[in-house]
Amino acid sequence: MEAFFAAMIVAATPLLFAALGELVAERSGVLNLGVEGMMLVGAVCAFIVALSTGSTALGAFAGAAAGVAMAGLFALLALGFSANQAAAGLALTIFGGGLSGLLGASYVGVPLPKAQPLFPASWAEAIPYGKAIFGYDAMVYLAWASAAAIWWFLARARSGLKLRAAGDNAESGHALGLPVLRIRLLAVLFGGAMAGLGGAYLSLAYTPMWGEGMTAGRGWIALALVVFAGWRVGWAAAGAVLFAAVTQLQFYAQGWGWRAPSQFWAAAPYLATILALALLAGRRTAGSAPAALGRIFRPSS
Amino acid sequence: MIRLEPRAAPSKLMATLSPLIAILLTLIAGALLFAALGQNPWRALRVYFLSPFDDAYMRAEVLVKAVPLALMGAGLAVCFRANVWNIGAAGQFTLGAIGAGAAALFIPAESPFAMLAVPLIAGALCGMAWAAVPAALRTRLGVNEILVSLMLTYVAALLLDWLVRGPWRNPRGFGFPQTNAFPDWAHAPILVEGTRLHVGAFLAVAAALGLGLMMSRTLRGLRLRVTGGAPRAARFAGFSAAGDVWFALLLSGGLAGLAGALEATSTVGRLQPEIGAQAGFTAIIVAFLGRLNPIGALLGALVLAVSAIGGENAQILLNLPKNVAGVFQGMLLFFLLACDALINYRPRLVARRRA
Repeated sequence: MEAFFAAMIVAATPLLFAALGELVAERSGVLNLGVEGMMLVGAVCAFIVALSTGSTALGAFAGAAAGVAMAGLFALLALGFSANQAAAGLALTIFGGGLSGLLGASYVGVPLPKAQPLFPASWAEAIPYGKAIFGYDAMVYLAWASAAAIWWFLARARSGLKLRAAGDNAESGHALGLPVLRIRLLAVLFGGAMAGLGGAYLSLAYTPMWGEGMTAGRGWIALALVVFAGWRVGWAAAGAVLFAAVTQLQFYAQGWGWRAPSQFWAAAPYLATILALALLAGRRTAGSAPAALGRIFRPSS
Repeated sequence: MIRLEPRAAPSKLMATLSPLIAILLTLIAGALLFAALGQNPWRALRVYFLSPFDDAYMRAEVLVKAVPLALMGAGLAVCFRANVWNIGAAGQFTLGAIGAGAAALFIPAESPFAMLAVPLIAGALCGMAWAAVPAALRTRLGVNEILVSLMLTYVAALLLDWLVRGPWRNPRGFGFPQTNAFPDWAHAPILVEGTRLHVGAFLAVAAALGLGLMMSRTLRGLRLRVTGGAPRAARFAGFSAAGDVWFALLLSGGLAGLAGALEATSTVGRLQPEIGAQAGFTAIIVAFLGRLNPIGALLGALVLAVSAIGGENAQILLNLPKNVAGVFQGMLLFFLLACDALINYRPRLVARRRA
């Protein structure tokens, strides 16, 4: 059970990064469907940099930077050219899929040393279930720390309030003198950095290698997580863990004697996403979408 | 810096020119990309966009590739125009292939149902059924159709994978994950001897023209356009949004299913894990290249089919990775969206001023 718990936390990390980033972008009123593309480019850039420098930290940094660059492309279209946000996000995902495959073509199957645990092994052995607390690499702790920071930012910080204002009523925010487009730009770029980190986690720690399309829909699941978390940080984190548990079923179900074709367990996360979206739909307790989400805003003056 | 100023009315000229400008910009960016990959850009662009016209077989292959793209692109154009975001055409395509495969594999040759129309209809119905899930969830519960249709794409791929490795696997297939080859009656008649071009091409043209007429000439078309463009006005007019969501999703799902059925029966000839469902994503670009007009999507399908065949040629002749095609498609969609801004906005050079 301890192994399952640890595997679940590890599998939740990329989802958590990506969902938190998208949550911030959506709270500012921008729907970026390009998470999958940003994660893929983040994953491949992180892998290449980590392999050539031998540094996981530099790799993670490169992943985040690549995510920011991709998000910048999206922002140029969706904010600069007032393009339809859904279409621009799809373009980003298609472009990211192609670009990551192109960049990583000569790296497929090359192994990378796995990211090391942050804390010394003696800590994990000192207390019961220590491995489930101290057994992870630095990025796992970074993901959870950023969840706490983002919660604080959105709920308590003055700048977080401004960000929410841009997402709930852009026109009023603009009338009050908020730089709506600049706020949205920063939120989108932050979302890109987080998606890039999510991708980097996949190629540096989760399965330390590069494989084409290795995100396998995690960017889309992260988008779904934001919806059924009701745009709230705590629920998004809980959702990431829950979904990670479902993704781990394919590795543990056979061992537990649950008989079904392996494809069924592989499909479970996607089916669970649909089920969760359907079950939580329409619940008033589930929180609500930012009022201006996905709407194009052009300052009139 | 450049500022975009709203035009008084959308520019008709730009509405026609914007796809062409986007293609031109994609070619320029493509030349830069090839140069960065260490290729001679002129030679690479020639292979990509002209080599598909080199001989009769290759020209037929372009049309073979264009058939599913045109069918799906026309359906998605209607769907997107109604502001319904079905991005799971790839999954509906896969289900169409599975439905057609079931008919082709299990209807005995002496049965009166052993004719091509049966697997094609089965495929279209399966595609519709797969699209009915997001339609029902959106109209009943308000669940976002983007996420549901996309999630079902992964489920469809795994379902096909299970079928061809498990219950439907050809026991004499030397361990390859594939079904028996389909019988001859399930193959669409070939149009040009010595090529793979089949009568599905007529279906694609008919679908595009039919939907084009529907959108411009019928009440249903008007309703879809109003629902998509001005939802409030549609509510005042008493149009049922739910009805339009169902119509758009079933139509695009059915066409994607038909495309999958044609691909499985008449291009591949059996079921296997890889049956070209990726075309469901390319069809999104096709729809946008056709400016969300079904007839425009027909032209868009031809452009993307040329680049797909060109991409395959480039893999062989220039040793370029196949992902270059994905980069091209993404860039094309980027430029299309950026150029569409020119329809509603006028770019103007202004001196930077301090805010």
